[in-house]
Amino acid sequence: MVNESKIWEHLEDVYDPEVPVLSIVDLGIVRSVRVTNNHVSITITPTYTGCPAMGTIEKDITVKLQEEAITSYEIHTSISPAWTTDWMSERGKIKLKDYGIAPPQDEVDKSVLFGDPLVVPCPKCDSSDTKLVSQFGSTACKAHYQCKKCREPFDYFKCLR
Amino acid sequence: MTKQEALHIYLLRMGDDSLILGQRLSQLCGHGPILEEDIALTNVALDLIGQATLFLEYSGELAEQPKTNDELAYLRLEKEYVNAILVEQPNGHFGDTILRQFLFDAYRKPLLEKLLDSNDERLAGIAEKSLKETKYHLRHSSEWVIRLGDGTEESHERIQNSLESLLRYAHELFFENEVDKLLIAEGIVPSAESIFPIWEKTLNDVLKEATLTLPKNNWKFQGGREGRHSEHMGYLLAEMQYMQRTYPNMEW
Ligand SMILES: [Zn+2]
Repeated sequence: MVNESKIWEHLEDVYDPEVPVLSIVDLGIVRSVRVTNNHVSITITPTYTGCPAMGTIEKDITVKLQEEAITSYEIHTSISPAWTTDWMSERGKIKLKDYGIAPPQDEVDKSVLFGDPLVVPCPKCDSSDTKLVSQFGSTACKAHYQCKKCREPFDYFKCLR
Repeated sequence: MTKQEALHIYLLRMGDDSLILGQRLSQLCGHGPILEEDIALTNVALDLIGQATLFLEYSGELAEQPKTNDELAYLRLEKEYVNAILVEQPNGHFGDTILRQFLFDAYRKPLLEKLLDSNDERLAGIAEKSLKETKYHLRHSSEWVIRLGDGTEESHERIQNSLESLLRYAHELFFENEVDKLLIAEGIVPSAESIFPIWEKTLNDVLKEATLTLPKNNWKFQGGREGRHSEHMGYLLAEMQYMQRTYPNMEW
């Protein structure tokens, strides 16, 4: 018997190909799982419209389901409502930081409202003395920062709302 | 003309603007002036090609004889593309690339914002997704226009020249014909009239901060929306369509 919570557990084992420490559940791109009469229907959403990883993710889900001997399934892609970094799990944010990528910051903080640059703490030494190098980092969802204290260059997972 | 035909054409324009500008920017892959900009411009290219996929997929479904987004992207003739002439202009130097991008982003952002209220739910959904990306694009291109304009004497002069040569193509972004009139009446798309003042204000604000001045001439070029393109378009398509034409139906 397949049930929805079991499928969610299986999906925890499917990792994002570009940020391999995050499962697709941590990343918040699995929007829904439905099981009706042993038929599984999964809906995923892309982080960015041009996300080149979507095909791979779909294939990885297929492989995982087959490993679990699940044969009746369908995978849909939906773009609306649009993905937001708010859907990333708290556990995912901690995993990201441990991996060396600064997790998305709550950009609705006062300093940002007053037009001050966003403070992104360094994932290595926690210093707040960092600078934005480029709005665009190694992939579409990241910006490029550098820590002024420990000099470490790092990726920041951009807040997308 | 039916509503479906009009929406097919409108989506084709949105898709072609994204596709052709994305193709132009992707030509800079490995050729950006600095590493960060190489990455930034190709990221923008990727977003635009992603947006093109969504617009063309929808447009293709509404065509009289349904087509896939790949067929629309790679197997049309030059006169069947309806992008604005602005986006097919060559990359030129970095100032040209950035100014072209800025003129486009400053139009695309308010357009997508208004499309959020479209009576067509699917179009509103595509706009919602694309807007998040376009906001970053506009921030990036405006910051560079300001930095180059208010930079050195050399950078100021060069981007001022970019403005003189590219502004004439921007007015076509506000082109309207019976396609738009029908869709505006249906509450599916906003009027050019409602976008233009927002574009103009962004333009004036950024140019002022960049210490650049609007060209004195008021030349306006158009034709792309009706399939009449500049001489640069054919070369761009030859490169873009090469694989699909040489190996029909190939897939990556
Ligand atoms: Zn540090």
